[in-house]
Amino acid sequence: MWAIGRLRSSLRREIWGYGLTAPAAVLTVLATVAIIAFLTWKGLSLFFVHKVPLSNVFSTAWHPERPAAEGGPQVGILNFLYGSIVVSTLATLISTPFGIAVAVFISEIAPKVGQRVLQPVIELLAGIPSVVYGYIGLSVLVPFIRNHLGGTGFSLLAGVLVLSVMILPTIASVATDSLRSLSHILRETAYALGATRWQMIRLVLLPAARTGILTGVVLALARAFGEALAVQMVIGNIPNSPTSLLIPIITLTSGITMYMGNTVQGSLWNDALWFMGLILLITSFFFIILVRYVGKWGVAK
Amino acid sequence: MTAHFKDRLATLAFWLAAGVVVAVLAFLLGYIMFHGFKVIDWKFLTSEPETIKAGGGIGPNIFNSFYLLFLSLIIVVPLGVLAGIYLSEYAKENALTRSIRLSIETLASLPSIVVGLFGLLLFVTALGLGYSLLAGALALTIINLPLMVRITEEALRTVPQDLREASLSLGATKWQTIYKVVLPTALPGLLTGIILASGRILGEAAALIFTAGLTTPRLNFSQWDITSPTCPWNPLRPGETLAVHIWKVNSEAIIPDVRRVADGSSAVLVIIVLLFNFLARWLARRASFRLTGQ
Repeated sequence: MWAIGRLRSSLRREIWGYGLTAPAAVLTVLATVAIIAFLTWKGLSLFFVHKVPLSNVFSTAWHPERPAAEGGPQVGILNFLYGSIVVSTLATLISTPFGIAVAVFISEIAPKVGQRVLQPVIELLAGIPSVVYGYIGLSVLVPFIRNHLGGTGFSLLAGVLVLSVMILPTIASVATDSLRSLSHILRETAYALGATRWQMIRLVLLPAARTGILTGVVLALARAFGEALAVQMVIGNIPNSPTSLLIPIITLTSGITMYMGNTVQGSLWNDALWFMGLILLITSFFFIILVRYVGKWGVAK
Repeated sequence: MTAHFKDRLATLAFWLAAGVVVAVLAFLLGYIMFHGFKVIDWKFLTSEPETIKAGGGIGPNIFNSFYLLFLSLIIVVPLGVLAGIYLSEYAKENALTRSIRLSIETLASLPSIVVGLFGLLLFVTALGLGYSLLAGALALTIINLPLMVRITEEALRTVPQDLREASLSLGATKWQTIYKVVLPTALPGLLTGIILASGRILGEAAALIFTAGLTTPRLNFSQWDITSPTCPWNPLRPGETLAVHIWKVNSEAIIPDVRRVADGSSAVLVIIVLLFNFLARWLARRASFRLTGQ
């Protein structure tokens, strides 16, 4: 009897273990499905409720407030999309060499200085909230650009510089991890063949770590693409095509930030913003797939 | 140019790049602290923000930030820890586990503004919570759930397998082993992760603009009726956090002393985040000492 009682109580405990933990894990799936469903439904109302033709949406004419008599309203989102793509790509281009250099410095050049100084610095950079980056950009970078380079200062350039500092920690930490995980045999073999440290880094370590480094770059690009407030504070938020570094532009995220609270729910203007939200969601899936693809590409070689 | 000379040149370039990064951080911190310390005093830290006049403080915003942090932690920590336990101790390699991992990866890479939009749709509008601290806490939960799960999985993985086997061989069930042996051993690692996540939660703003809102009612700290809109603890009232306040004064506010308020608020926010980071580091060092004795 005692044994059966014991068995029963341990069974009950096992059910507790499963019954508590599995639903919590399944909840993450439900949350993801809910986000996709809600944003798709709301994002597509631009087409289903307002019957806006695709040619209107995928144009650069953004006049959501213009009455029908004057040929409106026009909700062309292309300038928002261009803005997001250009600002995040340029920021990643600036940030990548610095991120890789920092990673090499920490793992190969001066590990002691790297781990005592540079690694905490990277962690602190990652910890500074994005609104603070935006504010410093607004109070230092924007006036500097206005006084020395021209324009109002609110510009693509300001957005690029702010973002490139913000995403540096992402590239640097992922690249550091992947360099650290490389076998010591690689280094010793290269040295044994008479390579200098730079040759060893350039010809052996960086190619061997390229999967990890590329993953870091894609993650940083994704972060830059999705960043909202820091960008909104410095780029000017005017729907221009990004043809010069010094003109104010707008991005998907900054447009949503600017207008979402000030437009009437269910209006055409408002639903155009929800469509931009849907594009952000789709883009983030694209980056997830890209990261997976890059990962596999490394394993296959 | 000899290979040796190129090597020297490259080394110099790496030192330069590292120096630039350190200089950027030093400038950022120096700038924030220098301008912030001129502003911060007791009155600034405790008084109400102003909407039109100069001289506003950030008292309610600091309170909102910490209260929102607390609200989101009491939701996300149990959920994240349980889901993490499932993945590290129970999950088998099957379709369900794969979809859970894919979902976590998806949630982790969503831009926070997208989560804010979802919060606006579901929590604020559909569930009728309105712009409220609860809606904000739920949005923050979605943002931090993947992080919490990963922290838990990682902390549990550092627990030696011997401990589990010893516990099981003494006749304990799996669940007993988990909550009496594995979890307590992993606790310092878990705490470190939670504190790090907290620093992130305090700095989050994009998701909160659409959920917790841009306003705070006049708070009355002697009001203990939790349903009253002036009660600070009412989770259904709107609440503007410190991070959101920094954004709002810069882009929407019409107070004449925007610079002063933004300087002070940024410095306070950065100091809080840094303190959380240091606390997490200190705890991590103690935790590894406890586990390895070194």
